[in-house]
Amino acid sequence: MEVAVCVKQIPGPDSPQEIDPSTGRLVREGQPVIDEADTYGVETALQLVERAGAGSVTVLSMAPGGETSGVRAALAMGADRAMVVSDERLAGSDALGTARVLAAACRRCGAELLVAGTESGDGYSGVVPAQVAELLGWPAVTFVRRIELDGGELRAERQGELGTEVIACPLPAVVTVTAGAVEPRYPSFAGIRSARQKPVEELDLSALGVDPAGVGEAGARQRVVAVRAVEEERGSGEVLEDDGRADERVLRALSEWKVI
Amino acid sequence: MLELALVLVEQAGPAPSSDGLELVAAARGIARRVEAAVLGGEGVAAETLGAHGVACCHELGGAGESLPAPRVAAALAQLVAGSPPGAVLLASTTTGRDVAGRLSARLDRPVLANVVGMELEADRIVVHNSAFGGTLLVSTRYEGEDPAIVLVRPKSFVAEEAGGQPASVVQAPLPGAGAAGSARVLERRRQELAGPALEEAAVVVAGGRGLGSAEHYGLVERLAALLHGAPGASRAIVDAGWAPYACQVGQTGKTVRPDVYLAFGISGAMQHLVGMRGARHVVAVNKDPAAPIFQLAELGVVGDAPDLLRRLVARLEAPGGAGAGDGGK
Ligand SMILES: Cc1cc2nc3c(=O)[nH]c(=O)nc-3n(C[C@H](O)[C@H](O)[C@H](O)COP(=O)(O)OP(=O)(O)OC[C@H]3O[C@@H](n4cnc5c(N)ncnc54)[C@H](O)[C@@H]3O)c2cc1C
Ligand SMILES: Nc1ncnc2c1ncn2[C@@H]1O[C@H](COP(=O)(O)O)[C@@H](O)[C@H]1O
Repeated sequence: MEVAVCVKQIPGPDSPQEIDPSTGRLVREGQPVIDEADTYGVETALQLVERAGAGSVTVLSMAPGGETSGVRAALAMGADRAMVVSDERLAGSDALGTARVLAAACRRCGAELLVAGTESGDGYSGVVPAQVAELLGWPAVTFVRRIELDGGELRAERQGELGTEVIACPLPAVVTVTAGAVEPRYPSFAGIRSARQKPVEELDLSALGVDPAGVGEAGARQRVVAVRAVEEERGSGEVLEDDGRADERVLRALSEWKVI
Repeated sequence: MLELALVLVEQAGPAPSSDGLELVAAARGIARRVEAAVLGGEGVAAETLGAHGVACCHELGGAGESLPAPRVAAALAQLVAGSPPGAVLLASTTTGRDVAGRLSARLDRPVLANVVGMELEADRIVVHNSAFGGTLLVSTRYEGEDPAIVLVRPKSFVAEEAGGQPASVVQAPLPGAGAAGSARVLERRRQELAGPALEEAAVVVAGGRGLGSAEHYGLVERLAALLHGAPGASRAIVDAGWAPYACQVGQTGKTVRPDVYLAFGISGAMQHLVGMRGARHVVAVNKDPAAPIFQLAELGVVGDAPDLLRRLVARLEAPGGAGAGDGGK
């Protein structure tokens, strides 16, 4: 089975947590990494193909400047190839712009299943996968905690608001996985070495056939007008070492707050 | 003011969800007239919704065995075409997010996501998002055509009655959605949780990886029950299977605003903090004095979480019970 998996490349844990007030975008410095949320997607895709016994996994990523450092991590885990979409006209794209690009990339690679994260670690709008599904006219099973292939159909356990749901879904389809759905494998040494040889196709908007009008800053139709620090009303309070009597202190606080 | 705002209200039983009523309050702040598309439930709660300020309800009914989002998005697109609102508001529930994404693709409009506040500035919608665990507030102005699609985080607005008449109800059955709507729900396994709902509880006792083991989550549940509160959890232990997802507090879980939030063995990652920073009083227990959770805590205890939990439970269960050490209430 042909599976595509979305990989967002986001600032590493050490990059500054700042928003550029002039653009309203996250300050991105240093080498990006694979979004942790997508390591679950990659692992899910690999397992599905392994169990099907045939097929391949294609990584899809939209990233500035032909960035591949995070994509290589997915290839090192075992994905077969990658498609990276970069174009200056994509700067400032919102979720819908991103979804247009990913939908086009998914069509191009011919996958019958697209796996994505439930929400990205830096943007966390959580709407990109549903947008991609709608653009493709595919069903989507979101918040998936377990998934298998049953004949030509997906069987998935989904985390709903009120409990879990067992879903049957025909292909082609979009699936989003939550953290904890699978245990992402660590790339082996051989995996890391072979990742350098795996094909990475770099595409711009023209090559992908995406209309620049619907992406980038203009397509986003929103402007950051203010960024301000939130006043912390609470401040740090009393901190004590538990010398065996902290239970008393906690109970006293609870009774002051009229909880007991 | 906008002439009209449309909100998606999910109903699980006879009453609208609290998220839905919060959306109505948010919509009233920006629009003269509020209409609701009501999904699921046993008949539209026209009286309650009217009292909160909804003029008209579009009864979508239930989605039966189909996963609802594609069909609900199609229904909302029809309503928008019929009488165009200035904004469509949805809650960031699992269904709400999927509907917002699909509606956005259908209408070619962006989604203003993770909204925690909203206002009008010269008749333009300005939404607020919190960033970096709530330490920054980012305000964004919508510059596209009507309607804006706004995805609101639960517990960001306060549901409030406005003294209106019962809302009128018109049928708007869910249309089909072709292949996009072909996913089917084979089985629903409800998670029945004892005690008050996490989002509504006055006390939340939450545990994280510092509990050390799944068994210790039982102590969290026990203490929550003794305090008439609800148990909560960090994502780390939900992923590990120590606690059900319904207990997860944070960005991907529930947003809570209790009087008291007790965090046992939770580090205080920003994705956790966004879900609980609205609590009035926070007690944090962590063995690491540098844990970020202490920055929010009114009372911090550096110590062993399971040990303190055990002692608290024992004292509250002892005859004479609560606060015995200092004479109690
Ligand atoms: C997109 C995205 C969404 C996310 N959404 C959420 C969300 O909704 N909710 C959420 O909670 N997280 C969420 N996270 C995960 C979040 O970043 C953290 O990983 C998670 O909150 C950590 O959980 P924890 O505090 O239990 O574990 P850890 O960070 O591992 O912390 C454990 C703590 O326990 C302390 N400890 C250890 N032993 C003891 C002991 N014996 N006694 C007392 N203390 C002890 C340690 O000092 C440490 O501070 C999300 C992450 C991403 C990327
Ligand atoms: N630029 C991107 N490249 C590849 N995948 C992406 C990108 N942006 C979002 N995604 C996918 O969509 C999911 C949800 O992202 P978001 O809607 O931003 O929270 C992510 O977990 C990714 O799987």
